[in-house]
Amino acid sequence: MSTLAATPETPEAGQAESARPAYRVTGRRVLASEWAKLWSLRSTWITLGLGLLFLVAFGVIAASHYTSNLDSGRHMDRDFATATAVSLSLSGTNFAQLALGVLGVLVTAGEYSTGMIRSTLAAVPRRLPVLWSKATVYGLVALVMATVGAFAAFLVGSRIVSGTPAAMSLGHAGVVRSLLGAGLYLGMVGVIGTALGALLRSVAGGISVLVAALMLVPGLVSLLPSSWQGDIDSYLPSHAGESMFALTHDSTSLSPGAGLLVFLGWAALALAGAAYRLLRSDV
Amino acid sequence: MIEAQQLTKRYGEKTAVDGLDFTVKPGTVTGFLGPNGAGKSTTMRMIVGLDAPTRGSVTVNGRRYARHQAPLQEVGALLEAKSIHPGRSAYNHLRALALTHGIPPRRVDEVIEVAGLGSVAKMRAGAFSLGMGQRLGIAAALLGDPQTVMLDEPVNGLDPEGVLWIRNLLTALAAEGRTVFVSSHLMSEVSLVADHLIIVGRGRLLADTTVQDLVREAGGDTVQVATDDPAHLRDVLAGPGVEITCRIGSEELQVTGLSAREIGLKAAEHGIPLFELTTKAVSLEEAFMELTRDAVEYHGSTTGDETSGSAA
Repeated sequence: MSTLAATPETPEAGQAESARPAYRVTGRRVLASEWAKLWSLRSTWITLGLGLLFLVAFGVIAASHYTSNLDSGRHMDRDFATATAVSLSLSGTNFAQLALGVLGVLVTAGEYSTGMIRSTLAAVPRRLPVLWSKATVYGLVALVMATVGAFAAFLVGSRIVSGTPAAMSLGHAGVVRSLLGAGLYLGMVGVIGTALGALLRSVAGGISVLVAALMLVPGLVSLLPSSWQGDIDSYLPSHAGESMFALTHDSTSLSPGAGLLVFLGWAALALAGAAYRLLRSDV
Repeated sequence: MIEAQQLTKRYGEKTAVDGLDFTVKPGTVTGFLGPNGAGKSTTMRMIVGLDAPTRGSVTVNGRRYARHQAPLQEVGALLEAKSIHPGRSAYNHLRALALTHGIPPRRVDEVIEVAGLGSVAKMRAGAFSLGMGQRLGIAAALLGDPQTVMLDEPVNGLDPEGVLWIRNLLTALAAEGRTVFVSSHLMSEVSLVADHLIIVGRGRLLADTTVQDLVREAGGDTVQVATDDPAHLRDVLAGPGVEITCRIGSEELQVTGLSAREIGLKAAEHGIPLFELTTKAVSLEEAFMELTRDAVEYHGSTTGDETSGSAA
């Protein structure tokens, strides 16, 4: 046999047929492949690092700002009047969601912009396992990173604001639920990012829609007549997500459980759109 | 074995591939020829399921590509456009593909060696030259030890050593009993390795033939003879199936239908001195251009017959 063939298990086997190893594509193997792909790019490490940095740094900055504002004895900023150690520590969520969402878009749309998708889909021509694997692998990575970041931000932030009206400990009712909710929210933002990237097949397009959905649409909805606003507002992705990690809930916001369900709905919608396009369109 | 039946692909108004029927058999190198825009790349993308046919079907070893349990073991494909992430190293690219099939790491090392990428395997693929990129694409195509190897314009961007490497590789793969399907717009390149030819133009099948048949149809080889008595030689050589042309006042004759050996023997028999006796192989390039003349998508505005042949 020539060197071109895979090393046969039995060297004397002359027939290529009998010596051929039995390869097979399985869901677990596609997951392993996507895991390897994620970590073999530098952009993953950089963006995840940035996300973690944003989450912790902005929490610490907000907590320090709150303490110095309190110490100076001046009139309290209105934002700070109801602040808690949780709300201050999670101030970085807005910025972290950008980093994690953008990386999610890159995970899928980046394959289209580089042409890698042709190699990927030639190896897994059934296609859907690729989408599920990407969303699972990246969603879990973002979830773990964001949860670690949320707890780190709270541990540092709560120490800074100890002895102030905002002071809270991990044992305080709802604190752990809020921090886990923040991690879950950011993990799902990552999943939505991967879905938007696969749906739009463009890095710029995916990021634009992600930013619009999470940051611009709430502003636009506030321009609607107030009778409509009340119906729509709390179901928007960003507000539904916020109720997942907010410590307190008023009559206009959803409960954490309802917020989670609504946000899951949005993620499922984005994934369904991505799956439809993946199956229907040529690459 | 690749079988296409009435394979058709339309993009809006434009028909890229129009009712192609062909079979690519194992154990030989099949050349897939056609001018730019003839639908070769589209056909190859349909074979590995990246594009869905508008009509018709194409199967690999009796099944649609996507239906196989280990697609990379059925067809290894090098597509024309780059299919790598520039930020990933060659090794990690191949490893990610190998993981989907459970292909062991030692096979990744093997194809890196075969493709001659050993020294650059840990480098970012984005830093690769065109030729290195082609070698990485071919390494990926060989990864699954596939029964069918399909390469779209494999010699693009390769240096002479690389071109020679591809030729030997294709011949070796076919000798191992594999199906080898290689596209090109250059007849000169394909005729060196291919036994069978599938020629397309504007998405239609123009010829499904062998290199020998194409030569025969193009009129066979010509022998150029020079003598001081062309009229006598002409009478001596004349016979059924023999065609002789010459210019008035010239010492040269162009003979088809007789070999140089036969002409030399007859001339000696009749005592006619010869100054030149040269066999000129028929230009496959010309035969190919003749076939595809009406199907060329993009005609140059100043195409002359003298220049178009040598441009290749």
